[in-house]
Amino acid sequence: MSNEATLHGHSEVTTTHDVHHDEHHGHHHKETFITKYVFSQDHKMIAKQFLITGIIWAIIGGLFSVLFRLQLGYPDQSFPILEDILGKWAAGGKIQPEFYYALVTMHGTVLVFFVLTAGLSGTFANFLIPLQVGARDMASPFMNMLSYWFFFIASMVMISSLFVQTGPASGGWTSYPPLSALGDASEGSKVGMDLWLVSMALFVVSSLLGGLNYVSTILNMRTKGMSMTRMPLTVWALFFTAVLGILSFPVLFSGFILLLFDRHAGTSFYLSDIFLASTQKALPNEGGSAILYQHLFWFLGHPEVYIILLPAMGMVSEILSTNARKPIFGYMAMIASMFAICVLAFLVWAHHMFVTGLNPFLGSFFVLLTLLIAVPSAIKVFNWLTTIWRGNLRFTPAMLFSLGFVSMFISGGLTGIFVGNSTLDIHLHDTYFVIAHFHIVMGVASFFGMFAGVYHWFPKMYGRYLNNTLAYIHFWITLVGAYLIFWPMHYQGLAGVPRRYLDFSGWASFNQFDGLNRFISIVSIIVFATQLLFVFNFFYSIFKGRRVTTQNPWGSATLEWTTPIRPGHGNWDGEIPEVHRWAYDYGKDGREFISQTEPVGANESKH
Amino acid sequence: MNTEAVVMDQRKRIHPSKFMLWVAIGSIIMMFAGLTSAYVVKRSLPGWATFEMPALFWYSTAVLVLSSITMQLGLQAFRQRERSKYRLIMGITTLLGLLFVTLQWNGFNQLWASGITFAGAGAGQFLYIIAGLHAFHVIGGMVALIIMFLRALSKKRRNYDVVPVEVMATYWHFVDLLWVYLMVFFLLMQ
Repeated sequence: MSNEATLHGHSEVTTTHDVHHDEHHGHHHKETFITKYVFSQDHKMIAKQFLITGIIWAIIGGLFSVLFRLQLGYPDQSFPILEDILGKWAAGGKIQPEFYYALVTMHGTVLVFFVLTAGLSGTFANFLIPLQVGARDMASPFMNMLSYWFFFIASMVMISSLFVQTGPASGGWTSYPPLSALGDASEGSKVGMDLWLVSMALFVVSSLLGGLNYVSTILNMRTKGMSMTRMPLTVWALFFTAVLGILSFPVLFSGFILLLFDRHAGTSFYLSDIFLASTQKALPNEGGSAILYQHLFWFLGHPEVYIILLPAMGMVSEILSTNARKPIFGYMAMIASMFAICVLAFLVWAHHMFVTGLNPFLGSFFVLLTLLIAVPSAIKVFNWLTTIWRGNLRFTPAMLFSLGFVSMFISGGLTGIFVGNSTLDIHLHDTYFVIAHFHIVMGVASFFGMFAGVYHWFPKMYGRYLNNTLAYIHFWITLVGAYLIFWPMHYQGLAGVPRRYLDFSGWASFNQFDGLNRFISIVSIIVFATQLLFVFNFFYSIFKGRRVTTQNPWGSATLEWTTPIRPGHGNWDGEIPEVHRWAYDYGKDGREFISQTEPVGANESKH
Repeated sequence: MNTEAVVMDQRKRIHPSKFMLWVAIGSIIMMFAGLTSAYVVKRSLPGWATFEMPALFWYSTAVLVLSSITMQLGLQAFRQRERSKYRLIMGITTLLGLLFVTLQWNGFNQLWASGITFAGAGAGQFLYIIAGLHAFHVIGGMVALIIMFLRALSKKRRNYDVVPVEVMATYWHFVDLLWVYLMVFFLLMQ
């Protein structure tokens, strides 16, 4: 198999060719631009494809938030430039109500699914799983390639929905019926909604193809000696993420199928007793239940939160340990808590539905199960803190973002205890408190995990470093900015400011927040601009960054740093290394770190 | 990098393709679990309508079960390297699959003619969607079967790798069992 690794013609060419040739791998001998960069089956290239597509989506999704923050901060002013760019959607330089809803919907959809699901776990599961478990590639590289291209087509369909005359879907990222089921109900429920559903269905296919591969690679393709309990926590986290996706996305798919039938075939799964104001007509649909959709949606929707968060948790564990030069604290407890989160993720979906008329008795069970998640979460936080406790900390950008992740996870997690209560939820639901909670704990925290991952593994991906100065600017402005944006929203939420409103100027009790809203909007523009700085750093460094000259720049114990600086398809030039120990032997027996590939010495102390 | 070579390279556990199929089966089960749970929830709401199960669905069930048996015989023939028998049986299995889908289609038509259309949201509407999705899974299996059948015809290349056949058989038995389960579900949960 070693011939595969030599294809890229770099210096570490080996000449041994394996005898197990079969007819299948003829195409590996000649790599064209198309097979190397476009229809690549190399997991590392697919990871980069996911990452770059995710970055483009993040810019689009972030820009949407800047646009609607402009409206929320300056509801009485007009920006003629918006009309020049957006046409009728910003007639007179003001964001139109329909467009505002479209922006909010697309911001949520894009960031939750296209950036923090595909962009995050798509990138790092593809990149890290084979490298860290010691495999030459995924179990099925072809399916892996398909996974990216389904994501790409889903992206294209979603992008195209931005350009249809009636605009993209605008019923919120959850797309609740009846609004999403009735084309006559709003502009955004017309063709934009169909494109949204098609795109999401393709996205589900992409996630499933990817998830199948991740699970099967982790369970079947580990190198010799790599027992499950020797795997880095990144791989464990990505494993649980994939399992969550495999079990929950199909249910979302079922929900979408029923919704499509309600939209186009005249069934009434979600529809009942509706009089439509826009057409002045009573609809014939009877017996449907909109709550049914919510159950199906949130059965995915809640695990989805952990699909977003777990990869970040895994990477942060790895980066904290590496840069604290200390073994991870409570390795087994980390795995157990991730497992607990994974199980509980499936049992709490109805906490999104406390005020929909859910039986309060049933609600109390969901409160209990929801608050139970605090236990594994607290274990994880405790373990991260004890990992860095008295460590020999190296404040690399990746380390800073990991610390930022822990900070965000604590701040956002604590408010989870508030909104997880069905009684408090009567007041807090659909207010800015919820917005603040999930943006900090899921959105910003996962972004921090993703940034940490990019800064940490960029040298492995591209053989170059990202610029550190830009990275530090990026980190501090993002950290401070994220708190400045979302912290005040808690107060707004407690005061009862509802989410999804275009304009509060007619609402005297909320006028006190005008200045605050303006402040939040200004900060979000600054933070958005800082992210563009990161994007610049990313693309500039791919071509012009400082070259990596050592195989293991961070002094890390895991397997990916035993590959050549720029690994070819196949990852290792010779044999795949054998693993003799866990991934976290840092500062042991007076040595800074011991690679997983080093056999356990005779006089070595036990960990 | 192809799967076989990678597997040779590393310690051998369950074959990755087979394992992946099992995980995929888990995923498919979740999709149908979602739909059947929706059915159960919906059943307790006002306006629930039931239907008379057309007799054709009994025949189609029998056909699918029969095709599962032939699939197993085909797998045996392949293992014993009886190529012509294997080809014949795989052909028969594919035809039985086709017969199943046709019977399902006719069953739908019968149901439709009896007044159960897409209007409403009772057991009938769920049947169209659930059985329809199941039929798509059978059709997917048939496409794979046809490809394997054509491969078995090729004189140039003789393939004795049993893994694809086993994967195919497992999937086929799965869609068969799934249908039997759905049939029982529809009969009991009317």
